[in-house]
Amino acid sequence: MANTSYKARQARRIVIERTFGVSILALLLFWLVINFIKSPSQFAEVSLIGLSNGILYALIALGYTLVYGIIELINFAHGDLFMLGGLFSAHFIALWFHQTKSSPMGWLVFFLALISVMVFCAGVNVFIERFAYRRLRRAPKLAPLITAVGVSFMIQFVGLRWNGSGQKTWNSVLPSGSLMLGSVKLPYTTLISFAVTIPILMALTFIVTKTRQGKAMRATAQDQDASRLMGINVNRTIAFTFALGGALAGVAGLLFQQTRGLTSYNLGYQLGLIAFTSAVLGGIGNLAGAVLGAILIGLIQGLNDGLPIGLGQQWSQTVVFSILILLMVFKPAGLLGKQVTEKV
Amino acid sequence: MLKIENLEVAYGNIKAIKGISLEVNEGEIVTLIGSNGAGKSTTLRAISGLLKPRGGTITFLGERIDGAEGHDVVKKGITHSPEGRRIFPRMTVDENLDLGAFLRNDKDAIAADKERVLELFPRLRERINQKSGTMSGGEQQMLAVARALMGQPKLLILDEPSMGLAPVLVDLIFETIVKINQQGTTILLVEQNALAALSVAHRGYVLESGIIKMSGNAKDLQSDPEVTKAYLGG
Repeated sequence: MANTSYKARQARRIVIERTFGVSILALLLFWLVINFIKSPSQFAEVSLIGLSNGILYALIALGYTLVYGIIELINFAHGDLFMLGGLFSAHFIALWFHQTKSSPMGWLVFFLALISVMVFCAGVNVFIERFAYRRLRRAPKLAPLITAVGVSFMIQFVGLRWNGSGQKTWNSVLPSGSLMLGSVKLPYTTLISFAVTIPILMALTFIVTKTRQGKAMRATAQDQDASRLMGINVNRTIAFTFALGGALAGVAGLLFQQTRGLTSYNLGYQLGLIAFTSAVLGGIGNLAGAVLGAILIGLIQGLNDGLPIGLGQQWSQTVVFSILILLMVFKPAGLLGKQVTEKV
Repeated sequence: MLKIENLEVAYGNIKAIKGISLEVNEGEIVTLIGSNGAGKSTTLRAISGLLKPRGGTITFLGERIDGAEGHDVVKKGITHSPEGRRIFPRMTVDENLDLGAFLRNDKDAIAADKERVLELFPRLRERINQKSGTMSGGEQQMLAVARALMGQPKLLILDEPSMGLAPVLVDLIFETIVKINQQGTTILLVEQNALAALSVAHRGYVLESGIIKMSGNAKDLQSDPEVTKAYLGG
């Protein structure tokens, strides 16, 4: 008797939750359709802005998800590494190579900066792993988490010394015009962001799914001791994962600095939190999920900020985090999160 | 082949292994028996480099391996099928077997070895593309042994291969252990199922609370009254 009434209540709860979830989605769709009808070209334009924000978040979110996937650590310092990448790029291009406008030389330096910032951020991240996190690998989970918060502050203060306490603006070496597609403006900087990010994401997919090192990463993520017994050098594999995440954060730093033209010591905190949200939205630990979550958040943010009928920019963060909370209620594992149903 | 002298292993302040010595010669099946918590798995984990010994030496083929990293021990030719199987649950059977051969580059020989282990365990061939976490316990155990064999070991370490298996499968596992040994692999076998272990082994050691209490030919141990009383339920 008690059992059936429990089941009935359970069923009713599921129905209520479903109805609630579906009505939110319907409302969202309604809002999008209305805006699209009102001004299709503005809709397309803000979608593009959202998308270009989204791939930037994706580059950062991947770093969170890679590290979480392998050692179950939320690396709070990761956003700050992105900030450091932006600072490095600004100094590399504008101060060390004196490139402040769009020219063939500027583009060459941009390309050099891309490679250098990847190496730089990968190196910093490996260094952090080696000295701050490795010793805590067998410690309770809270210890490395607090360490990560500490490292985040340390990097922020490095940024504060390097950049100063205010926001700095920089000239970009990327062309500033736009491509016109009918009445829709597609800025060159957005195109370049895509041209840089997409090959990098493809390379990452290749590394993780096809190479020996990727195989070692996937094994280490599932069982470290068993991986050792297979002959996998677990420490090196974890360091490699940090290097990958760091390199991606470096790319994001360069792209942000060149497309938005600014640096600030606390950028990592702001964007890092959004990128982390993206990773959770997509299902933390899942690479495709991080990209999907980031693009969704970028799009939602872009649409909310730029559409004629919307809450506007001042509600941007509220919208993003409300989505996170709602998703956690209905789908705690994230959009592509793995179902934990392993037979032991 | 493998020589352990005065090995001591501790977890924090608690000594789990209090100075044991044992030896495994080429071509043998040697079994280490003892009750729960006697230190059997700890000994194996120390050999494989998962635990750092507090004292004593471990020598394999004339080289010291105590304190070496786990992946270096595998390189020297020791593979270990651990307690609780520890397969990679979200990977397929095939991917698990490939990981067993992680350190090898000889593609043709790897393919031949895969064929060989699938001969030994035909059940795995039926499930080759199945996620290994969804298989039954017995199948997972077969996979754990097969995966360890893919590393082309000189010495194969098996930790509780019969744990939690149905009696039919236990017999199958022990038959396979003998077969693997006859094909030329030396085996160090840890078992709670002392009767079965002694019936396939050449020699045995009895471990109790971190020390070796008895050792000798498997036949002699099997008929020893003290062993019989403590471990063979007679």
